[in-house]
Amino acid sequence: MEVTEILLPGVGVRYEFQTSAGSRVGVVARRDGEFDFVRYERNDPDAAETLLTLTRDEADTLADILGAPRIVERFADLTREIPGLVSSIIELPVGSRFDGRPLGETRVRTLTGASIVAVVRGEHVIASPAPSEVLYGGDSLVVMGTTAGLDGVRRIVVG
Amino acid sequence: MDAFLLELGVILLLLGFLANVAGRLGLSAIPLFLLAGLLLGEGGVHDLGASTEFIEAAGELGVLLLLLMLGLEFSAAEFTASMRRHAPSGVVDLVLNAPVGFVAGLLLGYDWQGSLALAGVTWISSSGIVARLLSDLKRTGFRETPSVLSVLVLEDIAMAVFLPLLVVVLSGGTALTAVLAVGAALGLVLLVLLATRRLGHHLGKVIGHEDDEQVLLRVLGLMLVVAGLTYLVDASAAVGAFLVGLAIPGRTAKRARDVLRPLRDLFAALFFLSFGLQTSPMDLPPVLPAALVLAVVSAVTKVATGVYAAGRDGVGPRGRVRAGAALTARGEFSIVIAELAVVAGYTDIGPLASAYVVMLGVLGPLLSRFADDIAGPWARSVQVPAPSS
Repeated sequence: MEVTEILLPGVGVRYEFQTSAGSRVGVVARRDGEFDFVRYERNDPDAAETLLTLTRDEADTLADILGAPRIVERFADLTREIPGLVSSIIELPVGSRFDGRPLGETRVRTLTGASIVAVVRGEHVIASPAPSEVLYGGDSLVVMGTTAGLDGVRRIVVG
Repeated sequence: MDAFLLELGVILLLLGFLANVAGRLGLSAIPLFLLAGLLLGEGGVHDLGASTEFIEAAGELGVLLLLLMLGLEFSAAEFTASMRRHAPSGVVDLVLNAPVGFVAGLLLGYDWQGSLALAGVTWISSSGIVARLLSDLKRTGFRETPSVLSVLVLEDIAMAVFLPLLVVVLSGGTALTAVLAVGAALGLVLLVLLATRRLGHHLGKVIGHEDDEQVLLRVLGLMLVVAGLTYLVDASAAVGAFLVGLAIPGRTAKRARDVLRPLRDLFAALFFLSFGLQTSPMDLPPVLPAALVLAVVSAVTKVATGVYAAGRDGVGPRGRVRAGAALTARGEFSIVIAELAVVAGYTDIGPLASAYVVMLGVLGPLLSRFADDIAGPWARSVQVPAPSS
């Protein structure tokens, strides 16, 4: 799934994605630690209805319940400090040529300069995976690098 | 002494009450603070005696704290992102809004120096009011919001160049010294940004501390020393405070923001009050027509700015009008600029700027709230495009 990340100067970062049912959904991670969950309206695609606002603790609890670790959000803090550094989650498609192959074979670091800093598989997170770590289709790869680097990784992994 | 404590106490309670009323109405407290100052000013409902001197001094601190916080909020990543996407929006913002004040100044019979101050008053939107508004109206997720915030970030940095320029010009500097001042200001900002990148962690170590009290005293002390020094070399003390905020690196800046926020709120409130105090209510009626025309015209030009900026992000017609309406609010920086003019002897810019900010400080949030209704006829006549992801 593709998640778009948009910087909101002075406010935080907004993540946006499309659900399979066709709703466009956004999460605003605010500097003050709160999260807004919004859904874009169908009659005005630029306007969004705020579904709920969560404090940092509540967001942590929700993340635990959903089982999806908030890795990218934590990296976002870091990428904001270093201009030019971006992070993204790239999903390894089932049936990709790297499905069942060790991470090292992708050679993404050599080819693009970007690093795969974690692999999220279901409820498990493999932080700082070794080159020998075997990847499986459906894994979410947490990648950090330049925008060009991330595009390169996407081409290698998905293509 | 007794009268002083009593007066100050009553004033703070009054400001608290006004902020509460403003919050309930969904408005900014700044216009109400200015109005309170006007009413308590010379010849107003009640002459303040004992506390005037303190409020004036506190107001000076308030300006410095406003600019310090502005610097602390700044992030190089956000600035470069804004520049990359919205540099033309920043130019449109300047070209549409500053001339309104400048031309008005010339028509009102000011020389070009005084008119330049008025140009600043109509140019800079209130990042405080607008950011608060977007959050209150739950619009942080809206697609036009990044363009609005980018324009604000660019204005904030432009202030660092405009303020020194204005100070030099108002104190009777020649064109050459003005150019030098702008060059020096730009150079200084760049120098501080570069130094922060290389040496920021050292400053972070010196200023950062476990103890909130230490962070408070060190940041505040550093700000006052630098502001005092920039004042001594005839530059704007406010710019010195801004540069200090700029130089404090990320993590420490966040700590400093948290620690200083209540202090900024207190002293900024007293600044708006003291600015109003300088004006007698009698001075107000003659400037009202001019302020009204200025408010209406510069509201229209700001809406146009927002329409252009949001258009660059591919936002639809309704969102573009919302962006424009959000930007119309003027507030703290218009007053900071007007204060410089008043200090330089252009005393009648004081009541004009007060009336202007009271109007747009109230009108901006209202326009923003009802932007969809205002945009109605135009938006219906234009096909809403599919969202570009």
